[in-house]
Amino acid sequence: MEAWFALLVGIFFTVAVYLMLSKFIIRVLLGVAVLGNAVNLLIFTGGRLTRDVPPVITAGADALGGPAANALPQALILTAIVISFSFFAFLLVLAWRAYEDLSTDNTDEMRVAEPVKEPMPPLGY
Amino acid sequence: MDVAALTFLALSLPFVAALVAPVLTRFLGHNAAWLLALVPVATFVHFLGFAPEIAAGEVVTGGYAWIPSFNVSFSWLIDGLSLTFALLISGIGTLIVLYSGGYLKGHPHQGRFLSFILMFMGSMQGLVLSDSFLMLFVFWELTSITSFLLIGFDHGREAARRAALQALVVTGGGGLSLLAGLLILWNVSGITQFSLLLSFGTELRESPFYLAALLLVLGGAFTKSAQFPFHFWLPNAMEAPTPVSAYLHSATMVKAGVYLLMRLNPVLGDTPEWQFLLPLFGAATLVSGAALAVRQTDLKLMLAYTTMASLGLLVLLTGLGSPHAVEAAALYLVAHALFKGALFMVAGIIDHETGSRDLTRLGGLRSAMPLTFAVALAAALSMGGLPPFFGFIAKEEIYEALSSFDRRSMVFAGLTVLGNALMFAVAFAIALKPFLGPKVETPRHAHEAPVLLWLGPAILALKGLSFALMSGLAHRVISSPMSSAIAGEPRTVVVSLVPHIGVPLILSAVTLLIGIVFYLNLDRLRAVMALILADIGWGPDRGFDQFIRGLLRFAVAITRRLQSGRLDVYMTVVFLLIAVVLLATPVRYGELPRAPFFAADVPAHELAIMAIAVAGLFAVVLAADRLTAIVSLGIQGFAVAVIFLLYGAPDLSFTQFMIETLSVVVLALVMTRLRLSPSDHRPLRQKLPDSMIALACGLGFGLFLLRATGAPFDATLTDFYNLYSKSIAHGANVVNVIIVDFRGTDTLGEIAVVMITGLAILSLVRLRAGSLKRGADRSAAEERV
Repeated sequence: MEAWFALLVGIFFTVAVYLMLSKFIIRVLLGVAVLGNAVNLLIFTGGRLTRDVPPVITAGADALGGPAANALPQALILTAIVISFSFFAFLLVLAWRAYEDLSTDNTDEMRVAEPVKEPMPPLGY
Repeated sequence: MDVAALTFLALSLPFVAALVAPVLTRFLGHNAAWLLALVPVATFVHFLGFAPEIAAGEVVTGGYAWIPSFNVSFSWLIDGLSLTFALLISGIGTLIVLYSGGYLKGHPHQGRFLSFILMFMGSMQGLVLSDSFLMLFVFWELTSITSFLLIGFDHGREAARRAALQALVVTGGGGLSLLAGLLILWNVSGITQFSLLLSFGTELRESPFYLAALLLVLGGAFTKSAQFPFHFWLPNAMEAPTPVSAYLHSATMVKAGVYLLMRLNPVLGDTPEWQFLLPLFGAATLVSGAALAVRQTDLKLMLAYTTMASLGLLVLLTGLGSPHAVEAAALYLVAHALFKGALFMVAGIIDHETGSRDLTRLGGLRSAMPLTFAVALAAALSMGGLPPFFGFIAKEEIYEALSSFDRRSMVFAGLTVLGNALMFAVAFAIALKPFLGPKVETPRHAHEAPVLLWLGPAILALKGLSFALMSGLAHRVISSPMSSAIAGEPRTVVVSLVPHIGVPLILSAVTLLIGIVFYLNLDRLRAVMALILADIGWGPDRGFDQFIRGLLRFAVAITRRLQSGRLDVYMTVVFLLIAVVLLATPVRYGELPRAPFFAADVPAHELAIMAIAVAGLFAVVLAADRLTAIVSLGIQGFAVAVIFLLYGAPDLSFTQFMIETLSVVVLALVMTRLRLSPSDHRPLRQKLPDSMIALACGLGFGLFLLRATGAPFDATLTDFYNLYSKSIAHGANVVNVIIVDFRGTDTLGEIAVVMITGLAILSLVRLRAGSLKRGADRSAAEERV
């Protein structure tokens, strides 16, 4: 089964990277969203796959016995989903504000911090 | 306290004093100098206590372990050489602290100045007393840094800033060269202490790395001691207040290079390379320095160039290495520190009291400043090498060293006579011209200097006289032990004021005659030198400017190339590197996964969900308008949620459903408000490389995952959580227990991140459009006001 997942993760990464290489800020954002899923699936598969059985201790038992899904990557991914969403939302608002102020969604034209014709730094002492 | 603890105290005391100097000066004004001078006095007395032992031919070492595993120690070595230096540093340091008290009286930053001076004193003392290489290097660079601070003390002027930077670049760069040289010595000998290095001389000289080590060490010594062609920073360093010029840039710091050469003479010396390079550079520095001094009319600049010439003479003598040359170097070093320190302070007094230090605008000061005149004359007599001063003894010994009749000695003797004659002329120009002749109007009305100012130079000048008159004692305590340390074997200096008829005396007489001729024709000589220099036009000083400007242009060009300011370029570079790392590493180390095994018994619904995810992904890429793109993004997200559900992760699934829904809603809200380009239109020539990079990354991550899942699995941590979730944390859902209990602090951090992001989003939304621009306008307006 891991081979199928490796294929899927590979496709996720391919699409995410392709989108992020765009010059258009919204494409980059879509790429970031896909990248989050790609990384989560990577971690999930890295912790090995178990079908159907969630890591929940049955009533009366003291510990989780028998085959169950790996709880550790799940805990990691749960955190990662939330963080990547807040990151995504922040970038989205940032892009929106940048668009409002600069009237462009092309990253080549967003040159406030690094202008195209930057003057030489002062040459004196 | 034992001697070792006291020596450690003496080494650290100047730094402590540097800390309290600003506070003391705030309360006591310039009189704080009297109190602060006690520190160098105390160290002087402490080190003088070693004199009888050292005079008896002993060597004192001590210290503490610092990094024993690297064989690095904080240890000192007190022999004739380092003791002489330590006494000069603390002795002249005392006088300089007092002189600074008078010179900068009422200056708003006098406390800072005294602090820097004391810091330098501590560094310089550490430098000459260091036994371990690393300690020497640290103190070496500390003197460069304190010199930088002192030259740039008057940081409001661009010339001072430039001079400070120049000195730091040249001497600090030389320090790095020295470090490399010392590391080679360390590697070849396995020794990190000078005191132990002595027995490795033969081994080092025969090592194949000898020349490399020598050149690197010379790189450090020649830059520090302003040898031609690294001399240009020294005259510029005269931008510093005069106490600094007297102390750092004539008496002590610039001699650090000479000190190092003397220290290493028994180990690295006595080879053809040593005896070729040192005299060559020394003689070039001597002659060019003396000639450049004649060109100047500024008292301090004249002194600076003669200092350069004297340093050249010292390097020349150290390089010759014969018994008399070594003794002459020892004598001349002490004599020079005394007379040049005094003359610099005299120049400072003249500047301070009359407001000018231009030789052509001074005259007739003898009646107004008789005491200064006397001091200047005494120092100049010593500098000119006339009896009964210490300079005469030194010069006799120099000529004794050069008076063998082979061609080499004769060439160097000729150059030395020329250099000394020029220095003679400059010395008397400084000591006589401002004081004799008709009175010249000066910017300030001239009168005698206060005691704080004349005390220092007077004592130094008197020392120059008393050392000569009591040459027996001076030789026993200072000259002989110092010569022994430089030579690496016991030496006894005998030369005295009583002249012996012979070649040295004849050379002295010739120097005197030529010097007097030069003195009488100084103006003509100066004009000739000015013409020559104008003809040459270019000098290393201008070269430094060109170098710095070129370096800046180079840095700007490189930065603009690497930081193009285009996001897609940065992204391309990042992903290209990721792909290379992911694909090249497993190939290089044979870690490629085995051929993947695509299980055929996968349930149909699972394959269907995966297919939906892939379809969603490609729909995002190919979407013709943005609504399709948003919806497709939702499709792949929900597909991932279903996959989580199928593989035993209901918690993940729920969260993913929630988050994906939110993402789609927020994205739709924002994107419909903007008139964005509907679809991705990259030209084909961009599409191709982009998709190649994307495919390479995807392939890399896929292979990485295959390889990782093909390896045995370590479930220790998971087992731990499975075992203790219930019994310790009383929760049945292991995932939840990990998040809220075992890793509760991490979750708190996560909540903080989400909260801060929320706040950032809020402030971005509340910030009205165009307010950024208005804010910028407002701050610009405030600047104008």
